[in-house]
Amino acid sequence: MKNILRQVLHSSKFVAGFIIFGLILLTMLIYPLINPGNPLEMIGVGTFARPGTYVSVYDSVTTDTRTFNLSDAEDKRLAKQLSDEDRVAMLEWFGAMDIDVSGLDVSDTDALLDLWRAHYDPDARPAGMTNARRNYFRRLNNALLELEASDVFVLAETDDETGELVQKSQISKTDYVNVNDVANVKTLPLGTDNFGRDVLKELVSACGTSILIGLIAGVIATFLGLLLGLLAGYLGGLTDDLIMFVTNVFTVIPSFVLLILISYSIGQEQRGATVVAMVIGLTSWTWTARSVRSQVISLRNRDHVNLSRLSGHSLPRIILTDILPYIASYVVMAFILQVSSGILAEAQLSLLGLGPKTTEVPTLGLMMNWAMLYSAHLNGSWWAYFPVILTITLISFSLNLMNTGLDQVFNPTLRD
Amino acid sequence: MKGYRKYFGKKILWFVVTFVVAVILNFILPRLMPADPVAAITGKMAQGMTDASAVQEIYQRYQKEFGTDKPMIEQFFIFVQNMFHGDFGTSFSQYPRTVSDIISSAIWWTIGLQFPAIIVGWLLGNILGALAAYVRKGFDKVLMPVTLFLSNIPAFAMAVILLVLFAVNLKIAPVSGGYAFDMIPNFSWNFVRSVITHYQLPFWSIVLVSIGGQAVGMRSMSIYELNADYVKYARFLGIKDRKIVGYVFRNAMLPQVTGLALSIGTMVGGALVAEIIFSYPGLGSTMYEAVTAADYPLISATTLIITVMVLIVTFLLDIIYGFIDPRVKAAQFD
Repeated sequence: MKNILRQVLHSSKFVAGFIIFGLILLTMLIYPLINPGNPLEMIGVGTFARPGTYVSVYDSVTTDTRTFNLSDAEDKRLAKQLSDEDRVAMLEWFGAMDIDVSGLDVSDTDALLDLWRAHYDPDARPAGMTNARRNYFRRLNNALLELEASDVFVLAETDDETGELVQKSQISKTDYVNVNDVANVKTLPLGTDNFGRDVLKELVSACGTSILIGLIAGVIATFLGLLLGLLAGYLGGLTDDLIMFVTNVFTVIPSFVLLILISYSIGQEQRGATVVAMVIGLTSWTWTARSVRSQVISLRNRDHVNLSRLSGHSLPRIILTDILPYIASYVVMAFILQVSSGILAEAQLSLLGLGPKTTEVPTLGLMMNWAMLYSAHLNGSWWAYFPVILTITLISFSLNLMNTGLDQVFNPTLRD
Repeated sequence: MKGYRKYFGKKILWFVVTFVVAVILNFILPRLMPADPVAAITGKMAQGMTDASAVQEIYQRYQKEFGTDKPMIEQFFIFVQNMFHGDFGTSFSQYPRTVSDIISSAIWWTIGLQFPAIIVGWLLGNILGALAAYVRKGFDKVLMPVTLFLSNIPAFAMAVILLVLFAVNLKIAPVSGGYAFDMIPNFSWNFVRSVITHYQLPFWSIVLVSIGGQAVGMRSMSIYELNADYVKYARFLGIKDRKIVGYVFRNAMLPQVTGLALSIGTMVGGALVAEIIFSYPGLGSTMYEAVTAADYPLISATTLIITVMVLIVTFLLDIIYGFIDPRVKAAQFD
């Protein structure tokens, strides 16, 4: 046993897979401690807030300010205000006015604005330009002028008695607050999803549920496969024929189809994460059963098994002490693969709309389903689906690496 | 020929038996559900109705339409009888279209997409795997981890990645559908071109996913064979490397054919989900719509058709296997 462990730990593939999987598990355990709370809580209003740090505007206005005179502040402000669309529109104006823009970099705000100031004429009527378009340029110009001109924002409050606006304070362009002084700052490393939920928190929780689903499915599938494989292989005869009949039939009927039928029959209300996991386990034992059976058949007539049988040992004892240890390595590998395919099966079911019910816990598949339903992939909200894809891939990659590593340890011919 | 006849006879028998079991399962599973499906549909239809006798009328009508007022055995025979006539009832969500009409328009999209993609992926994967096993150094070291990682990207995830990359960002492929939304299927050049451009992304997403798994499997098989005694013996005899590689490839291919037969169900399942991402008008999207609309007859028929498709392919692969496996070939001389 000790020797096998040492060998396993020498396999770089197994260790790499183990480390990746361990890190995922560790994040799952630690992150909820740092950021506790319900992962399905809808903190944001509106869909798909971008990842980043959100500073409460209300709090920052009332926080004590310091004055800094930064030379590039004005340029940055202008650059941020000027959208890409506006920049392209400016080029259109220059084109209409026959102004040479060769060598002009659109992302160079300074040069663009200089050219604009020099050549924009609100009264000009470029040929072929509609009135609405000219008004657009007028508005754009006004916005730019305003941005350059206004020095302060006035904060006012409605007086309760008179209903008039009373000036409370002014915010000038050189006022800064320290983020640490602002009472409410929320960092959302992966933004929010379509329901306004913190994606990272949801992802960590979903990852846990999905791995749990994989584990339950894997345990059930491996147990069933092992039991049926052992019985069929060791007892032989009619039992073998019966079990193999069922196994063969279910290997050919796609388990995905069975999953769909069973999940649909159970109904949305009864379909918790555990139930889905059990259904997945119940539909994916055939592979294990086949392989265990063929290995047991080759073991059945070995000398030590025969000896045990002649000594009058009971059937469970023979199976436990004389057969199981020889196929243990295979069973462990099969289990790892079952876990990984269980996680994948859940994701696929959820994408079809047949996953666990949506109100209790998030799973990786459900997150993917929500992102697709709300077209996150079409509106550029990568943070809603890409981390999910990456997590699923990493989990199954790490499990497969471990499996390959074990395979190489136990099948020396495969070693590199 | 006797060996072949026995082999094929056995395979055909299995095919029939599995088909019967699949039909029975397809019939029984939805009927095992705790809630009465007819009641559920009636509840949906009768939403907001206050007249109890009207609701009762709707219920009885649906009961008659589905035949649930008859005993289970009788229902089963009616079900089988209708099935052989290609009659799967009427769809709820796309009333008054019949289920067989919907399926017959969707099935060719799925067949046209999935089987070429799976076969191309399988071939490319095997070639890459064999190369990796033969070249080993360098090629093997760099390519294998990448392939292993790629092979673990689920089909739907690959679909999303390709979609975002090539359709949304680079805009060199259409975002969804099987043909341009403003077209009516016909045999004009424009339509065919539209179909081909829409075909690219779904096709490559399935190919890319199946390459990885096949390559990894083929590589292990080839390495195993390359170390076999007969290869060493052949080397000692001075047989040319190319000839040996030919033998090795052939021997390593056999388990890969069985592997394809066994995993075709899983692959089809994954590819069906990938169809949803592209809103490709095949069976996957049909199933998705059916699930969303709780269109029970459509779900039942789609799953049955998919099962039958997989059964037929598995059967064909078994037949091919019989021809290329020397052991089966040897059996005919017994």
